[in-house]
Amino acid sequence: MKGSFEKDTGVNTDIIELNMGPQHPSTHGVMRIVLELDGEVIVKAKPVIGYLHRGTEKIAENRSYYQVVPYTDRLDYLAPMSNELGYVMAVEKLLGIEVPERAKFLRVILAELARIASHLVWLGSNANDIGAVTVFLYAFREREKIYDLLEAISGQRMNNAFLKIGGLMGDAPDGWLDAVRAFVKQFPEKLKDPDGLLTKNKIWKERTEGIGVIPRDLAIDLSLTGPPLRASGVKRDLRKDNPYLVYDQLNFDIPVETAGDVYARYLVRMEEMRQSVRIIEQALDKLPDGPVLIEDYKIVPPPKSEVYHDIPELIHHFKLISEGFHPPKGEVYFAVEAPKGELGYFIVSDGSNKPYRLRIRPPSFVNLQALEHILPGYLIADAVAIIGSLDPVFGEVDR
Amino acid sequence: MIRLAKKGRDPFIIYGREKSVEEQLRRNILLTTVDAMLKWSRRNSLWPLPLGLACCAIEMMGAFFSRYDMARFGFEVFRFSPRQADLMIVAGTVTKKMAPIVRRLYDQMSEPKWVIAMGACAMAGGPYNSYAVVQGVDNLIPVDVYVPGCPPRPESLIYGIMKLRDKIKYEREAKIL
Repeated sequence: MKGSFEKDTGVNTDIIELNMGPQHPSTHGVMRIVLELDGEVIVKAKPVIGYLHRGTEKIAENRSYYQVVPYTDRLDYLAPMSNELGYVMAVEKLLGIEVPERAKFLRVILAELARIASHLVWLGSNANDIGAVTVFLYAFREREKIYDLLEAISGQRMNNAFLKIGGLMGDAPDGWLDAVRAFVKQFPEKLKDPDGLLTKNKIWKERTEGIGVIPRDLAIDLSLTGPPLRASGVKRDLRKDNPYLVYDQLNFDIPVETAGDVYARYLVRMEEMRQSVRIIEQALDKLPDGPVLIEDYKIVPPPKSEVYHDIPELIHHFKLISEGFHPPKGEVYFAVEAPKGELGYFIVSDGSNKPYRLRIRPPSFVNLQALEHILPGYLIADAVAIIGSLDPVFGEVDR
Repeated sequence: MIRLAKKGRDPFIIYGREKSVEEQLRRNILLTTVDAMLKWSRRNSLWPLPLGLACCAIEMMGAFFSRYDMARFGFEVFRFSPRQADLMIVAGTVTKKMAPIVRRLYDQMSEPKWVIAMGACAMAGGPYNSYAVVQGVDNLIPVDVYVPGCPPRPESLIYGIMKLRDKIKYEREAKIL
């Protein structure tokens, strides 16, 4: 096989094979890519995955429906709340229950905070890979503030396991809503720091514009979702196309770019963060009063104060904790728009207290398919920019 | 008169009659043991190899960046090449597919070397009791400090590294190979 360099110059060269990863700073986890190189130009790229395969789907078959929630946290660990949301809503669809209004609005707020947190890590790491280290510091400064908010409401910084089948683990603590409002008020201003460093930066544009172009047709053929799809000119977002929770009551725009390159994906994600701020502000304004949990004690455990005093509630509590609930037989698929794209859960229930089969449709896994189509022809230095712009998270890819 | 620094204490402190720094500097003789000297230099310049495998890697990054800023303690020089590192931070789930690579990276590090197992997965498999997961990285390589949590907070990681510093400080003799 002759490379382009050889054709141009007549100098005899060989194709070399280079192994990138699984321990590599810019593969964003444990991915291995086998690259065939002609000089510095990539001829062929073959991603090898599975280095973080933990058997989540199999484990879920041996856990009751409640016990699966913490495992979903650890799929896309940059945005645990979005993963939980998809799972608990799939189970709620299976059970045919509707959560209270206040829980819906709080879920929207938490999911959008998760989206901002996830995009901030993408922003920092993609810029860091290309050489703009400062951006990472700004991104993590903001991310720590979101951690504080999540810790205040759920008790843990990451992997919160806060959403519950039937609502939320608890209501927002005193002052939490004001803290969220203060955060979203200052966030667009603070986002100008990385924005000012990158958006019109000549070096950044030269490293990203025209790099890693995913044509519209290819994006549809590979069934990409999320920012990589929207950067290729397809306006698809489940929050608009198949509204769940209360997204149909909120005003927001879906950013779309047509270039399909790394820069377009950058612009889409930056705008998505600003739109998330809009969503959170409106959700805070419209937040109704009321309970955050349904009162069906066959599905959610009764409050502790009743468990300690009433025998029926004690029995309900004991049954739920030791055994869980039995949803009807059937199959259900539910997808949410996670920060990375369409995150779907397919649950098969045989009527027992455990899922017969839980299949997760992870957006990163599907988006990662694009890699072997778009890497050839670019320089090896562009590979890190392209991987970063697809934003894979390997907990989710390998599951 | 100058006495030797006591074993276990920081070197370069001279206990003698000469009180003034100038006087001591003029003499320009610092006496200590080789062990104390090696331990002092090693524990103050740990260069970590961040083996970020899963969720814990994000908290490791958190410890590394703005708010927690590990640079305050002198461990910020993250080296992605095992040849340049002497502390391996195993942050995340070690799967059976990844296990040979973890072992190879450990073998490629030059002596002396230390290992921190960060998080429940690296300690004992965590919640993943499945066919694909190694139940604790100590099945593959020797671990010096375990940092519990799922994931541990950045403070926990920093505390773990402090514990490792103590361990190096109070070793009976400095590892020399």
